[in-house]
Amino acid sequence: MKVSIYRYNPETDREPYMKEYEVDTGGKDLMVLDVLNLVKEQDDSMGYRRSCREGVCGSDGMNINGKNGLACITPLSAAAPGVLEGKKALILRPLPGLPVIRDLVVDMTMFYNQYEKVQPYLQNNTPAPAIERLQSPEDREKIDGLYECILCACCSTSCPSFWWNPDKFLGPAALLQSYRFLADSRDQATDERLGKLDDPFSLFRCRGIMNCVSVCPKGLNPTRAIGHIREMLLERAV
Amino acid sequence: MVTSVTSLGRNGLSDWLVQRVSAVLLAVYTVVVLGWLIAQGEVTYEAWSGFMGCLVMQIANTFMIVAVGAHAWVGLWTVTTDYLTTRQIGAAGTVVRLIAQLVIALLTLVYVLWGLVIIWGGV
Repeated sequence: MKVSIYRYNPETDREPYMKEYEVDTGGKDLMVLDVLNLVKEQDDSMGYRRSCREGVCGSDGMNINGKNGLACITPLSAAAPGVLEGKKALILRPLPGLPVIRDLVVDMTMFYNQYEKVQPYLQNNTPAPAIERLQSPEDREKIDGLYECILCACCSTSCPSFWWNPDKFLGPAALLQSYRFLADSRDQATDERLGKLDDPFSLFRCRGIMNCVSVCPKGLNPTRAIGHIREMLLERAV
Repeated sequence: MVTSVTSLGRNGLSDWLVQRVSAVLLAVYTVVVLGWLIAQGEVTYEAWSGFMGCLVMQIANTFMIVAVGAHAWVGLWTVTTDYLTTRQIGAAGTVVRLIAQLVIALLTLVYVLWGLVIIWGGV
Protein backbone atom coordinates (compact mmCIF):
# COMPACT_ATOMS: atom_id res chain seq x y z
CA MET A 1 0.00 0.00 0.00
CA LYS A 2 0.98 3.59 -0.54
CA VAL A 3 1.82 5.80 2.44
CA SER A 4 2.31 9.53 2.08
CA ILE A 5 4.08 11.19 5.01
CA TYR A 6 4.72 14.86 5.82
CA ARG A 7 8.46 15.39 6.04
CA TYR A 8 10.26 18.42 7.38
CA ASN A 9 13.66 18.75 8.93
CA PRO A 10 14.26 22.43 9.74
CA GLU A 11 18.04 21.88 9.59
CA THR A 12 18.11 20.60 6.02
CA ASP A 13 14.76 21.38 4.34
CA ARG A 14 13.71 24.78 3.10
CA GLU A 15 10.06 23.81 3.33
CA PRO A 16 7.92 20.77 4.22
CA TYR A 17 7.08 18.16 1.56
CA MET A 18 5.11 14.92 1.31
CA LYS A 19 7.15 11.76 0.80
CA GLU A 20 5.64 8.58 -0.65
CA TYR A 21 6.48 5.10 0.64
CA GLU A 22 5.40 1.67 -0.54
CA VAL A 23 4.67 -0.64 2.39
CA ASP A 24 3.71 -4.32 2.33
CA THR A 25 1.07 -4.90 5.00
CA GLY A 26 0.13 -8.35 3.71
CA GLY A 27 -3.46 -7.17 3.43
CA LYS A 28 -3.78 -7.07 7.22
CA ASP A 29 -5.80 -4.40 8.98
CA LEU A 30 -2.78 -3.06 10.86
CA MET A 31 -2.81 -0.05 13.14
CA VAL A 32 -1.40 3.13 11.59
CA LEU A 33 1.46 2.99 14.10
CA ASP A 34 2.43 -0.48 12.80
CA VAL A 35 2.59 0.96 9.29
CA LEU A 36 4.77 3.81 10.56
CA ASN A 37 7.10 1.26 12.14
CA LEU A 38 7.34 -0.51 8.75
CA VAL A 39 8.16 2.81 7.08
CA LYS A 40 10.78 3.45 9.76
CA GLU A 41 12.49 0.20 8.74
CA GLN A 42 12.81 1.59 5.21
CA ASP A 43 13.76 5.12 6.19
CA ASP A 44 15.07 5.69 9.69
CA SER A 45 15.32 9.46 9.17
CA MET A 46 11.52 9.73 9.54
CA GLY A 47 10.53 11.02 12.98
CA TYR A 48 7.40 10.43 15.06
CA ARG A 49 6.49 10.06 18.72
CA ARG A 50 5.19 6.86 20.22
CA SER A 51 5.38 5.16 23.57
CA CYS A 52 2.71 2.87 25.00
CA ARG A 53 1.29 1.81 21.59
CA GLU A 54 -2.11 1.15 23.15
CA GLY A 55 -3.90 4.50 23.35
CA VAL A 56 -2.95 5.35 26.91
CA CYS A 57 0.03 7.72 26.70
CA GLY A 58 -1.25 10.05 23.98
CA SER A 59 2.15 10.42 22.28
CA ASP A 60 1.25 9.50 18.72
CA GLY A 61 -1.54 11.94 17.99
CA MET A 62 -1.37 12.90 14.32
CA ASN A 63 -3.51 13.83 11.37
CA ILE A 64 -4.56 10.63 9.58
CA ASN A 65 -6.14 11.20 6.16
CA GLY A 66 -7.45 14.56 7.31
CA LYS A 67 -8.69 13.55 10.76
CA ASN A 68 -6.76 13.75 14.01
CA GLY A 69 -6.33 10.52 15.92
CA LEU A 70 -3.92 8.23 17.73
CA ALA A 71 -1.86 6.16 15.27
CA CYS A 72 -1.64 3.24 17.70
CA ILE A 73 -5.39 2.65 17.99
CA THR A 74 -6.51 3.69 14.49
CA PRO A 75 -6.72 0.64 12.21
CA LEU A 76 -6.19 1.16 8.48
CA SER A 77 -9.86 0.30 7.91
CA ALA A 78 -10.83 3.31 10.04
CA ALA A 79 -8.23 5.72 8.58
CA ALA A 80 -10.35 6.38 5.48
CA PRO A 81 -12.46 4.24 3.13
CA GLY A 82 -10.23 2.47 0.57
CA VAL A 83 -6.96 2.72 2.53
CA LEU A 84 -7.01 -0.90 3.74
CA GLU A 85 -7.83 -2.14 0.23
CA GLY A 86 -4.89 -0.16 -1.17
CA LYS A 87 -7.17 1.97 -3.35
CA LYS A 88 -6.22 5.10 -1.50
CA ALA A 89 -2.95 6.24 0.09
CA LEU A 90 -2.58 6.52 3.85
CA ILE A 91 -1.79 10.21 4.39
CA LEU A 92 -0.05 11.19 7.63
CA ARG A 93 0.60 14.75 8.72
CA PRO A 94 1.53 16.32 12.07
CA LEU A 95 -1.23 17.68 14.32
CA PRO A 96 -2.41 20.94 12.68
CA GLY A 97 -1.84 24.33 14.25
CA LEU A 98 1.22 23.54 16.35
CA PRO A 99 4.81 24.32 15.24
CA VAL A 100 6.55 21.31 13.66
CA ILE A 101 9.80 20.27 15.30
CA ARG A 102 10.45 17.59 12.72
CA ASP A 103 8.31 15.38 10.46
CA LEU A 104 5.33 14.21 12.58
CA VAL A 105 6.70 15.63 15.84
CA VAL A 106 5.08 18.90 16.99
CA ASP A 107 5.98 21.40 19.68
CA MET A 108 3.23 21.04 22.31
CA THR A 109 4.30 24.08 24.40
CA MET A 110 1.25 26.21 23.48
CA PHE A 111 -1.04 23.30 24.32
CA TYR A 112 0.60 22.70 27.72
CA ASN A 113 0.64 26.44 28.52
CA GLN A 114 -3.15 26.48 28.19
CA TYR A 115 -3.42 23.32 30.28
CA GLU A 116 -1.35 24.94 33.02
CA LYS A 117 -3.66 28.00 33.08
CA VAL A 118 -6.67 25.99 34.28
CA GLN A 119 -4.75 24.83 37.37
CA PRO A 120 -5.42 21.15 36.75
CA TYR A 121 -5.10 19.98 40.33
CA LEU A 122 -7.37 19.68 43.34
CA GLN A 123 -7.58 22.84 45.45
CA ASN A 124 -8.86 22.35 48.96
CA ASN A 125 -7.68 24.39 51.92
CA THR A 126 -9.26 22.33 54.68
CA PRO A 127 -6.82 20.13 56.62
CA ALA A 128 -6.32 16.83 54.86
CA PRO A 129 -8.07 13.95 56.66
CA ALA A 130 -6.13 10.89 57.81
CA ILE A 131 -7.52 8.91 54.90
CA GLU A 132 -8.61 10.14 51.45
CA ARG A 133 -11.07 13.00 50.95
CA LEU A 134 -14.18 10.94 50.43
CA GLN A 135 -16.84 11.44 47.77
CA SER A 136 -20.30 9.97 47.49
CA PRO A 137 -20.72 7.61 44.53
CA GLU A 138 -23.02 10.24 42.95
CA ASP A 139 -20.37 12.96 43.23
CA ARG A 140 -17.74 10.61 41.90
CA GLU A 141 -19.92 9.89 38.88
CA LYS A 142 -19.86 13.58 37.96
CA ILE A 143 -16.23 13.39 36.89
CA ASP A 144 -16.75 10.39 34.64
CA GLY A 145 -16.10 11.39 31.04
CA LEU A 146 -13.72 14.10 32.25
CA TYR A 147 -10.82 12.49 34.08
CA GLU A 148 -10.06 10.04 31.24
CA CYS A 149 -8.39 12.68 29.04
CA ILE A 150 -4.82 11.67 28.11
CA LEU A 151 -3.77 15.09 26.73
CA CYS A 152 -2.97 13.81 23.26
CA ALA A 153 -4.02 17.23 21.82
CA CYS A 154 -6.11 15.67 19.02
CA CYS A 155 -9.10 17.81 20.06
CA SER A 156 -7.44 21.20 20.54
CA THR A 157 -5.49 20.90 17.28
CA SER A 158 -8.67 20.10 15.35
CA CYS A 159 -10.34 23.25 16.66
CA PRO A 160 -10.22 26.34 14.39
CA SER A 161 -10.69 28.63 17.40
CA PHE A 162 -7.51 27.13 18.86
CA TRP A 163 -5.69 27.48 15.52
CA TRP A 164 -6.50 31.20 15.32
CA ASN A 165 -5.95 32.05 19.01
CA PRO A 166 -3.83 29.34 20.64
CA ASP A 167 -2.50 31.84 23.16
CA LYS A 168 -5.91 33.18 24.22
CA PHE A 169 -8.47 30.41 23.75
CA LEU A 170 -7.79 27.60 26.20
CA GLY A 171 -8.91 24.92 23.77
CA PRO A 172 -11.18 21.89 24.36
CA ALA A 173 -8.60 19.76 26.23
CA ALA A 174 -7.81 22.43 28.83
CA LEU A 175 -11.49 23.33 29.21
CA LEU A 176 -12.44 19.68 29.72
CA GLN A 177 -9.82 19.55 32.49
CA SER A 178 -11.10 22.81 33.91
CA TYR A 179 -14.59 21.32 34.21
CA ARG A 180 -13.12 18.13 35.64
CA PHE A 181 -12.13 20.18 38.73
CA LEU A 182 -15.19 22.45 38.68
CA ALA A 183 -17.35 19.32 38.84
CA ASP A 184 -15.29 17.75 41.61
CA SER A 185 -17.11 17.93 44.97
CA ARG A 186 -13.75 18.04 46.80
CA ASP A 187 -12.49 21.15 45.00
CA GLN A 188 -13.07 24.51 46.69
CA ALA A 189 -11.68 26.90 44.10
CA THR A 190 -14.85 27.03 41.97
CA ASP A 191 -15.23 30.80 42.14
CA GLU A 192 -11.58 31.53 41.35
CA ARG A 193 -11.67 29.05 38.49
CA LEU A 194 -14.85 30.55 37.00
CA GLY A 195 -13.49 34.07 37.49
CA LYS A 196 -10.69 33.29 35.05
CA LEU A 197 -13.01 31.98 32.36
CA ASP A 198 -15.54 34.72 31.68
CA ASP A 199 -13.49 36.85 29.29
CA PRO A 200 -14.30 36.82 25.54
CA PHE A 201 -11.52 34.36 24.65
CA SER A 202 -10.58 31.76 27.27
CA LEU A 203 -13.84 29.82 27.03
CA PHE A 204 -16.24 31.86 24.94
CA ARG A 205 -14.20 31.52 21.75
CA CYS A 206 -15.73 28.05 21.52
CA ARG A 207 -18.32 28.26 18.74
CA GLY A 208 -19.61 24.74 19.37
CA ILE A 209 -18.60 23.15 16.06
CA MET A 210 -17.73 19.93 17.91
CA ASN A 211 -14.61 18.94 15.95
CA CYS A 212 -13.18 18.06 19.37
CA VAL A 213 -15.95 15.54 19.99
CA SER A 214 -15.61 13.93 16.57
CA VAL A 215 -11.85 13.31 16.92
CA CYS A 216 -11.40 12.44 20.62
CA PRO A 217 -9.79 8.97 20.67
CA LYS A 218 -11.18 8.36 24.16
CA GLY A 219 -14.74 9.22 23.14
CA LEU A 220 -14.96 12.24 25.46
CA ASN A 221 -17.15 15.28 24.91
CA PRO A 222 -15.37 18.61 25.55
CA THR A 223 -18.24 20.59 23.97
CA ARG A 224 -20.62 19.31 26.66
CA ALA A 225 -18.10 20.18 29.38
CA ILE A 226 -17.75 23.69 27.94
CA GLY A 227 -21.56 23.98 27.96
CA HIS A 228 -21.63 23.01 31.64
CA ILE A 229 -19.01 25.66 32.47
CA ARG A 230 -21.08 28.22 30.56
CA GLU A 231 -24.11 27.28 32.65
CA MET A 232 -22.06 27.68 35.84
CA LEU A 233 -20.84 31.10 34.68
CA LEU A 234 -24.39 32.14 33.85
CA GLU A 235 -25.72 30.98 37.20
CA ARG A 236 -22.94 32.85 38.98
CA ALA A 237 -23.56 36.08 37.09
CA VAL A 238 -27.33 36.30 36.73
CA MET B 1 -7.60 35.88 31.96
CA VAL B 2 -7.62 37.55 28.58
CA THR B 3 -9.09 41.03 28.34
CA SER B 4 -10.32 42.90 25.33
CA VAL B 5 -11.52 46.48 25.41
CA THR B 6 -13.15 46.33 21.98
CA SER B 7 -15.66 43.56 22.68
CA LEU B 8 -19.27 44.63 23.29
CA GLY B 9 -19.50 43.97 27.01
CA ARG B 10 -15.75 43.43 27.60
CA ASN B 11 -16.87 40.15 29.03
CA GLY B 12 -17.36 36.84 27.24
CA LEU B 13 -20.48 35.88 29.15
CA SER B 14 -22.35 39.11 28.39
CA ASP B 15 -21.34 39.01 24.70
CA TRP B 16 -22.48 35.39 24.52
CA LEU B 17 -25.78 36.22 26.21
CA VAL B 18 -26.38 39.22 23.95
CA GLN B 19 -25.72 37.06 20.89
CA ARG B 20 -28.04 34.29 22.02
CA VAL B 21 -30.90 36.56 23.16
CA SER B 22 -30.69 38.66 19.99
CA ALA B 23 -30.72 35.46 17.92
CA VAL B 24 -33.94 34.34 19.63
CA LEU B 25 -35.52 37.77 19.08
CA LEU B 26 -34.56 37.69 15.39
CA ALA B 27 -35.90 34.15 15.00
CA VAL B 28 -39.25 35.06 16.57
CA TYR B 29 -39.46 38.24 14.48
CA THR B 30 -38.72 36.31 11.28
CA VAL B 31 -41.43 33.75 12.04
CA VAL B 32 -43.99 36.49 12.80
CA VAL B 33 -43.25 38.47 9.63
CA LEU B 34 -43.14 35.33 7.46
CA GLY B 35 -46.41 34.17 9.05
CA TRP B 36 -48.01 37.51 8.24
CA LEU B 37 -46.74 37.37 4.64
CA ILE B 38 -48.08 33.84 4.14
CA ALA B 39 -51.42 34.65 5.78
CA GLN B 40 -51.71 37.79 3.68
CA GLY B 41 -51.39 36.06 0.34
CA GLU B 42 -51.11 39.01 -2.02
CA VAL B 43 -49.18 41.81 -0.34
CA THR B 44 -50.01 45.37 -1.34
CA TYR B 45 -48.12 48.52 -0.35
CA GLU B 46 -51.03 49.66 1.80
CA ALA B 47 -51.24 46.37 3.68
CA TRP B 48 -47.47 46.23 4.27
CA SER B 49 -47.33 49.89 5.29
CA GLY B 50 -50.27 49.46 7.64
CA PHE B 51 -48.75 46.35 9.22
CA MET B 52 -45.34 47.94 9.74
CA GLY B 53 -46.81 51.26 10.86
CA CYS B 54 -48.84 49.89 13.78
CA LEU B 55 -47.44 50.55 17.25
CA VAL B 56 -46.78 46.87 18.06
CA MET B 57 -44.69 46.43 14.92
CA GLN B 58 -42.89 49.73 15.52
CA ILE B 59 -41.80 48.45 18.93
CA ALA B 60 -40.95 45.02 17.48
CA ASN B 61 -38.94 46.65 14.70
CA THR B 62 -37.04 48.72 17.25
CA PHE B 63 -36.09 45.60 19.17
CA MET B 64 -35.19 43.95 15.89
CA ILE B 65 -32.90 46.69 14.68
CA VAL B 66 -31.08 46.85 18.03
CA ALA B 67 -30.83 43.04 18.05
CA VAL B 68 -29.37 43.03 14.52
CA GLY B 69 -26.83 45.68 15.52
CA ALA B 70 -25.73 43.89 18.68
CA HIS B 71 -25.69 40.46 17.02
CA ALA B 72 -23.69 41.76 14.07
CA TRP B 73 -21.17 43.51 16.29
CA VAL B 74 -20.50 40.46 18.49
CA GLY B 75 -20.25 38.20 15.43
CA LEU B 76 -18.04 40.46 13.37
CA TRP B 77 -15.86 41.33 16.37
CA THR B 78 -15.28 37.58 16.72
CA VAL B 79 -14.43 37.27 13.03
CA THR B 80 -11.96 40.16 13.17
CA THR B 81 -10.23 38.80 16.28
CA ASP B 82 -9.94 35.39 14.60
CA TYR B 83 -8.61 36.40 11.20
CA LEU B 84 -7.23 39.94 11.41
CA THR B 85 -4.45 39.29 13.90
CA THR B 86 -0.66 39.48 13.84
CA ARG B 87 -0.65 35.68 13.90
CA GLN B 88 -2.70 35.52 10.69
CA ILE B 89 -1.57 38.49 8.63
CA GLY B 90 1.70 39.63 10.20
CA ALA B 91 2.85 42.81 11.89
CA ALA B 92 0.05 44.99 10.50
CA GLY B 93 -2.57 42.74 12.10
CA THR B 94 -3.46 44.95 15.06
CA VAL B 95 -3.80 48.14 12.99
CA VAL B 96 -5.82 46.37 10.28
CA ARG B 97 -8.10 44.83 12.93
CA LEU B 98 -8.69 48.18 14.66
CA ILE B 99 -9.50 49.89 11.37
CA ALA B 100 -11.86 47.05 10.39
CA GLN B 101 -13.56 47.19 13.79
CA LEU B 102 -13.92 50.96 13.54
CA VAL B 103 -15.53 50.71 10.10
CA ILE B 104 -17.85 47.91 11.27
CA ALA B 105 -18.81 49.83 14.43
CA LEU B 106 -19.57 53.01 12.49
CA LEU B 107 -21.58 51.17 9.85
CA THR B 108 -23.54 49.30 12.52
CA LEU B 109 -24.29 52.52 14.36
CA VAL B 110 -25.38 54.25 11.14
CA TYR B 111 -27.66 51.35 10.20
CA VAL B 112 -29.23 51.22 13.67
CA LEU B 113 -29.86 54.98 13.78
CA TRP B 114 -31.08 55.02 10.21
CA GLY B 115 -33.42 52.13 11.02
CA LEU B 116 -34.79 53.99 14.05
CA VAL B 117 -35.42 57.08 11.92
CA ILE B 118 -37.29 54.94 9.37
CA ILE B 119 -39.36 53.25 12.11
CA TRP B 120 -40.21 56.32 14.19
CA GLY B 121 -39.67 59.19 11.74
CA GLY B 122 -43.14 58.90 10.20
CA VAL B 123 -43.83 58.74 6.51
